[in-house]
Amino acid sequence: MLANNRLRLLVFLFAPVVLATGVGLSTNARNERVGNAADSKLADGLAAWEQVYSVLTSPRCINCHTATNYPQQGDDRHRHFANIVRGPADRGVPALNCVGCHQEVNAESTGVPGGPDWHLAPLSMRWQDTNDRPLSSAAVCRTVTDKSRNENMDGAALLRHHEAAALVLWAWNPGRRPDGTMRSSPPLSHAEFVDATRRWVDAGIPCPRGR
Amino acid sequence: MATYQLNVNGQSKKVDVDPSTPLLWVLREELKMTGTRYGCGISACGACTVHLAGEATRSCVVPISLVGNRRVTTIEGIAQDPVGRAVQHAWVEKDVVQCGYCQSGQIMSAVALLKETPKPTDANIEESMGGNLCRCATYVRIREAIKRAVEQMT
Repeated sequence: MLANNRLRLLVFLFAPVVLATGVGLSTNARNERVGNAADSKLADGLAAWEQVYSVLTSPRCINCHTATNYPQQGDDRHRHFANIVRGPADRGVPALNCVGCHQEVNAESTGVPGGPDWHLAPLSMRWQDTNDRPLSSAAVCRTVTDKSRNENMDGAALLRHHEAAALVLWAWNPGRRPDGTMRSSPPLSHAEFVDATRRWVDAGIPCPRGR
Repeated sequence: MATYQLNVNGQSKKVDVDPSTPLLWVLREELKMTGTRYGCGISACGACTVHLAGEATRSCVVPISLVGNRRVTTIEGIAQDPVGRAVQHAWVEKDVVQCGYCQSGQIMSAVALLKETPKPTDANIEESMGGNLCRCATYVRIREAIKRAVEQMT
């Protein structure tokens, strides 16, 4: 009888502790799983961003995202010939506007690339420094995701931009050079680029740390 | 080959050419309008400048298939325009021309500049005319003539 009472007392005293510990362990495990899932999503988002970055800094894209008063051209990203300047609206200057050579589509017989409303990206969307060196992954990411600089685009809008903007699409249909050879395309296919953008957006458009 | 109906200096012109033919060659070879000059063939010198729907355009790199129904204005037709007339008068008054080879392109660019910027600064002139090369280096007189045209128009 005495033994039974002691047993009841022990159960009475320790059951809440055991229960609480069990609940605690269960919550911690769930939190850990949630944390792991979040970490995994963030890691995937950051990895996806690096893929996006590899495209944005390819010549077909970054040549018109300069920090200077002129566009670049070629895979060696040299200054655009013929003294072309940015102009007040990023479309050249009177008598020397971008569309004075660049038509709505590529001119395959003369080797001049073309697309709708051919123009430079605004200086707010520069992805290079003034010495024509590409900015870091973190810096480009901050620029691209800053709604005060990117025409107020959120993640969904950035995805749409990468999916369908005419001058973005041009990068995968860059046409022939004047010597008849094909221009190079970005390192990913457009489908891969969109997929990477989608994963980055789904992860909340995370940016790498650093300068 | 394909047939294209062009509007050149207000006149309808029909040509039957390969779609890849640059507008410059259609003007010079098919329409025998040789005022527009071949310089470099890669849009680097400006000698071939014409206006497409009012936009100064390098005709050596624009295939005829991309011209569409845009109005083509060449040096032969620029005097129909008051700004064009003022620029041509100023060119004569300032005796701009030396050998003259590039000058039709220079005038077409100057007209395009003044139509968008009626009172250009020196910087405007340098930027807008910076794509038109002159091996005789008539640049100083070109700038003076543009300023003279501005005076004539005000």
